[in-house]
Amino acid sequence: MLSRTADHLFWMARYTERAENIARMLDVHLQTGMLPQAEEDVEQGWRALLGISELQEAYDKRHKTLTPQNVIDFMVRDPANSSSISACLTQARENARAVRGALTTEAWEIQNATWLKMQGYLKTDALDQNPAEFFEWVKHRSHLSRGVTIGTMLKDEAFHFIRLGTFLERADNTARIIDVKFHSANEKQKKQSQSQSQSQSESESASESESESESESEDQEQTQSLDAKAEPQIDFYYWAAILRSVSAFEIYRKVYRDVITPARVADLLILRADMPRSLAACMEEVLNNLKNVSNNVSADTERFAGKLHAELQFGSIDEILEAGLHDYLTVFFERIFELGNRISRDFLVPLAA
Amino acid sequence: MANFFDEMYTDGSDVARPHYGEFSQWLGQQSAETIARKRVEADVIFRRVGITFAVYGNDAGTERLIPFDIIPRIIHAAEWSILEAGLIQRVKALNMFIHDIYHDQNIIKAGVIPAEQIFRNAQYRPEMQGISVASDIYAHIAGVDIVRAGQGEFYVLEDNLRVPSGVSYMLEDRKMMMRLFPELFTRHKIAPVDHYPDMLLDNLRSVAPVGVTDPTVVIMTPGMYNSAYFEHAFLAQQMGVELVEGKDLFVNDNAVYMRTTRGPKRVDVIYRRIDDDYLDPLAFRPDSTLGVPGLLSVYRAGGVTLANAIGTGVADDKSIYPYVPDMIKFYMAEKPILNNVPTFQCRKKDDLAYTLANLKDLVVKEVHGAGGYGMLVGPASTKQEIEDFRARVIANPEGYIAQPTLALSACPTYVEAGIAPRHIDLRPFVLSGKTVSMVRGGLTRVALKEGSLVVNSSQGGGTKDTWILEK
Repeated sequence: MLSRTADHLFWMARYTERAENIARMLDVHLQTGMLPQAEEDVEQGWRALLGISELQEAYDKRHKTLTPQNVIDFMVRDPANSSSISACLTQARENARAVRGALTTEAWEIQNATWLKMQGYLKTDALDQNPAEFFEWVKHRSHLSRGVTIGTMLKDEAFHFIRLGTFLERADNTARIIDVKFHSANEKQKKQSQSQSQSQSESESASESESESESESEDQEQTQSLDAKAEPQIDFYYWAAILRSVSAFEIYRKVYRDVITPARVADLLILRADMPRSLAACMEEVLNNLKNVSNNVSADTERFAGKLHAELQFGSIDEILEAGLHDYLTVFFERIFELGNRISRDFLVPLAA
Repeated sequence: MANFFDEMYTDGSDVARPHYGEFSQWLGQQSAETIARKRVEADVIFRRVGITFAVYGNDAGTERLIPFDIIPRIIHAAEWSILEAGLIQRVKALNMFIHDIYHDQNIIKAGVIPAEQIFRNAQYRPEMQGISVASDIYAHIAGVDIVRAGQGEFYVLEDNLRVPSGVSYMLEDRKMMMRLFPELFTRHKIAPVDHYPDMLLDNLRSVAPVGVTDPTVVIMTPGMYNSAYFEHAFLAQQMGVELVEGKDLFVNDNAVYMRTTRGPKRVDVIYRRIDDDYLDPLAFRPDSTLGVPGLLSVYRAGGVTLANAIGTGVADDKSIYPYVPDMIKFYMAEKPILNNVPTFQCRKKDDLAYTLANLKDLVVKEVHGAGGYGMLVGPASTKQEIEDFRARVIANPEGYIAQPTLALSACPTYVEAGIAPRHIDLRPFVLSGKTVSMVRGGLTRVALKEGSLVVNSSQGGGTKDTWILEK
């Protein structure tokens, strides 16, 4: 198929998936925001979300204060934010329109109808009245888009490039969701342990141990906090929210039949190949779809994706946590980015004559 | 009494013509609510399906619906067979004419058409002189605009031989009618049009370069901001061929290739929906980013077929139009089946004098105008507009032709106030390849403004489904 067509299909799928994941992230923050907690913790959560989406700076240019309403508005429909849900769905539709002939009628109509409906949605105050309902709608439209792709399209190159886009984007997004939530959970626990050590230091007047823990690297803190068995019930809602954000709460129960621990959440979302939004599952799909479109210059890229997949397939959560989750995910982001570039170069950017 | 032919009713009465009888009876049984609901439904579906056209001059990407009217235009079989025969005859002659002027130029030698009408025509492409094209076909797809006037006679208004649009609306209007009013299709025997893309693909494959047995066909579009982009994408999808832009193609070693995910793939037939000027920056407009550098050289060497051929515009120009009946006689030794509208060529002294003396009664058109722009409709214009136009014609008489204002036929149409007659035309599509063929149908365009004769979608015209009754 035409390289340009493949490119449009790939990006159509990425933008659709991205819109869904933004909705998932916003929704989970909205849910956790309803838990009784300190205002600064809530703010910290939203800030982490902006940070992981690399939008903190752009947000600060638009808003002086950080409120859930402002963040939601910014992430959903602010014209100044080219990564908003509205921008993603518009770009998904524009990409679809550019190659509507390569899509089935149903697949095109879903993209177009979503875009039309969204414009109606954003003209009303429905988003302010009930943001959760809007996020639910975005998720449904994304499900519909994937479903109609699977249900109506020939399993040809067009299909494989759409699937490639979906899972490459999802791998990146799931990693971001894990990173942002673990990060803020970590911050929270850091504070808890600080206040604990503070009260300790007050009673024992042992300030040395505190300054020691300050100097520890973030990774070590993360590992410690993830391993921390103390007060799991306090964190239950946090991990539950992460799981719900990727539709994994019920899956968690099914798989582990045990209490929720951060290490298991990380295991489920990173390494479990049977968990549809896990990194392992995403990379398996990326690899398989890549094999299906293989051309005579793509061997290196397939090898690159294969390695990434193998590491997830044979990795263990203990090793990952030991190395530090944040660092692990940072490397993962880089490699996913690199993989995206390689796919563009090998298939999508016009091959030299 | 109205001074135009009404497609549905006999002479200003409310008595339906026989071929409208069944429909008229059905329409009488429909409540205003039903009709209103169906009209809204049609709008919603068109919008969802994205059957829109891009509007120039507004923000890039502005999309509008072409208003769709639910009252069909019905033509009975006997009338259609005359039209069809006339159209096929006309398009055959036009193809012979284009071949002739790029080869032996017999028609000029015989004195039927003055040489300067060809060689001073901006659409004449000297690059095509002496070049052979597959099957000697130039206008593979023609959209001929037909109107009815007077007592219902058909006239050819325009031959569109370059990149005529509208066939997707013909197909979508039919789909919409079948969806909204399935019962009408059991009550009538209506000639189907859905196989048009199949015929088009067959036709395009039949004109592949010599020696190519399994040709790769593509459609070439200027891109998604072109007003007819929907149609380009629609036809590509219906035929199962790639929709390419200039940047997807490149020329190498006397062949055209497209860039695919598996490397270069040879292209044999390009149904191009961009104008000659933009096809090849090396040959035509150097600033064009829509085209393919070197395309013309491959084309001239017979390495690729372009549909329609380069240089077909010379035959659909308004200055050539008056000669088409003569072409039919000259090449085919046949009597033209379809009428031309009497045309005054302002480049001729007498015609110019007549035109200037009768501006208020005439329609004056720019020879190279299109889309309903650059024309004067005398009876509907103010004194000032007429005087302004007079100055333009005097300054450049060669650039204008004039025609009597035809009392275009009208068809009942839903408008704000209810059902009222509105003027219509018809664009059937004629395919030329190994054979000349067409589906029984066409695009009916309707001028929605009361009294208006301008049906172009760019000027707010709408469309109707066109039924050719099988008996």
